[in-house]
Amino acid sequence: MDLTYTAEQQAFRAEVRAWLAAHVPSEPLEHYDATREGFEAHRQWEKTLKSGDWGMVTWPVEYGGRGLDLIQWLIFEEEYYRAGAPGRVNQNGIFLLGPTLIEFGTHEQKQRFLPKMASGEEIWAQAWSEPQAGSDLAGVRATCVQDGDDYVLSGHKIWSSRAVFADWAFGLFRTPGTERHKGLSLIFFPLDAPGVTVNAIKKINGHVGFAEIFLENVRVPAFNRLGDEGQGWHICMATAGFERGLMLRSPARYQVATAKLAQLWEAHKDNADPALEADVVRAHMNADAYALNIYQTASRLMAGAKIGPEASTNKIFWSELDIHLMQTALSILGPIAELRQEAPDASPVDWIDDYIFALAGPIYAGSNEIQRNIIAERMLGLPR
Amino acid sequence: MDFTLSEEQLMFADTARTLFADSCTPDHWRKMMEAGVARDDARWASIVETGLTLVLLPESAGGIGLSETDFALIAQEAGYVALPEPLVESAGVAAPMLAALAPDHAVLADPLATIAIAHPLNPFVANADSAAAILLEKDGEAFLATPDQVTLTAQPSIDPFRRLFSVEWDAANATALGTADWDLALGRAALFNAAMGLGLAQRAVDLAVDYAKERQQFGKPIGSYQAVKHHLATAQVAIEFAKPVVAAAAAEIAACDVQARARVSHAKLVALEAADKAARASIQVHGAMGYSWEVDVHLFLKRALALTQAWGTPTFHRARIAARIFSQPMGPDQTFARESENA
Repeated sequence: MDLTYTAEQQAFRAEVRAWLAAHVPSEPLEHYDATREGFEAHRQWEKTLKSGDWGMVTWPVEYGGRGLDLIQWLIFEEEYYRAGAPGRVNQNGIFLLGPTLIEFGTHEQKQRFLPKMASGEEIWAQAWSEPQAGSDLAGVRATCVQDGDDYVLSGHKIWSSRAVFADWAFGLFRTPGTERHKGLSLIFFPLDAPGVTVNAIKKINGHVGFAEIFLENVRVPAFNRLGDEGQGWHICMATAGFERGLMLRSPARYQVATAKLAQLWEAHKDNADPALEADVVRAHMNADAYALNIYQTASRLMAGAKIGPEASTNKIFWSELDIHLMQTALSILGPIAELRQEAPDASPVDWIDDYIFALAGPIYAGSNEIQRNIIAERMLGLPR
Repeated sequence: MDFTLSEEQLMFADTARTLFADSCTPDHWRKMMEAGVARDDARWASIVETGLTLVLLPESAGGIGLSETDFALIAQEAGYVALPEPLVESAGVAAPMLAALAPDHAVLADPLATIAIAHPLNPFVANADSAAAILLEKDGEAFLATPDQVTLTAQPSIDPFRRLFSVEWDAANATALGTADWDLALGRAALFNAAMGLGLAQRAVDLAVDYAKERQQFGKPIGSYQAVKHHLATAQVAIEFAKPVVAAAAAEIAACDVQARARVSHAKLVALEAADKAARASIQVHGAMGYSWEVDVHLFLKRALALTQAWGTPTFHRARIAARIFSQPMGPDQTFARESENA
């Protein structure tokens, strides 16, 4: 137990801070889900990041990373959010698929996909859910049929984040004749391949942040299958573990928001309900507890542990703390909370947009109801 | 930066767990309640024999001189069995305070002795009647008296194993020990109460899980229903996010700065909230059985209730966190920052 940074870790923080100070765009980029221009501006930012070798610091050097440890990754993330750097348009790739590829991919697959992922040259979308396979993901119906050295993919995917503008997707497909968790495979396909149709779906905030994907006899090389045929469910659960347990939502995101919330409270407290201070304190406690939990998880993983079902507790905790934090801000703002940023009286931080975004948290990456089932069944041992 | 516990730390916690699991079962409490006693001398003797009372005591006072991290793990195990004896207040708070003031005091040399503490923040003193000595406060100074040198008035608690007393005393009948660190005593007590809260919470969940696996309704174990699962999963989430706060508070308490005080307060708030949430969920999952005296959950509920308000109310502890928020820099690089670095 040693909760201090080493001299090397402090030096690393200084290095990250200096680089970001020199490179982070002074004006915020248009959101990557709003328009093609916003998306491409974020791709450009990923390339800038890669020029400083900051694409994905935890990956091995030979695959486009820096070979750093998880504590260094947390420090990087802290500085990244502290600097107000652009959102990671390739988060499906670098935070979800990347770690899974490193665990399950062949050397050739890693060489082929990881460096271009780290550089933003190829941006990824996730294609797991289907109209009839949401929380019950094992109900996937889209099929993969091996034909020589290729797979032929067919089916209907939906709620694919980033798929409107992204280059590649990783999807879950079924070998015909198989059922439930057995017979699923994780296969990559280019979103511009012949037979792929992508239809944007507008989110409640007006952005085209997700899409449905139709696949009609889409031919991809068998090389694009991660792991063995039929191993897809196992691999997806590992991916979901990374997603929920560690990488999807950096604590730094909430710590920055909490710091802004404290400033908002100081600026408005004379006109706000004094009882709201307890919520500001609570928001700080939540963000702090989440950060400590992630440091603990990182330490455990570095000592050789694996992420398990406790990852589901994280997903519930950050999604609920996010909503509470944003709700507190709206309560402090009172009647001006509903104003958009462009309105003359609006707060400099777009709390209402962040609140609307936070409402998605309990749904994506596996609904919180499913997470509670996982906790109850796999952590506590309750019967199915 | 390393958030993992050492083998030795885990070993001590293991020793405590085994000892308590054998000697502090609900059957043991039931017998004590029937007999109207709050201390089992045989159990206390084995606690002393195992060295658990010496963990936080400095070597200069005959102790082992380990850290708050080590003792917090023991306190968590004490919470898991709702230990009746005052291990935490005596060996975790009062004895280290006395050792800092008078390391050679005879009370510290008596292995079986317990020490009670009358902190200015608490209106009552727990287990004052069975203590060999009571630490008392006047204008920041510490005094020591035996129970027969003071007037004790019993203040029955809803928790049958918390024997509370109001204390009237006269400095003329007590030994003056000089200025004491009452803030550190409060911090340790809040921290170890938080650690006990983790244990109380986990036990309440575990009892409910055992029951929900057995109890059948509509032809299935009730634990297979989502409504039941979700109560317990929600309580487990609260536990999982209190654990690292308690661990960090234990690791940082010695810094004695505004961040350390906020962490300790945070730990006490969330660990006892988790205990309350878990105990109430457990009662709900047990249904009418959960509301009966016969089922053990209510003991954990009552202990959590008592510890929530003792050693600083939630309002008191929230104010200490607010002091950190509004006096120190905020942000993701501040998780482990110290007041001295920001000065």
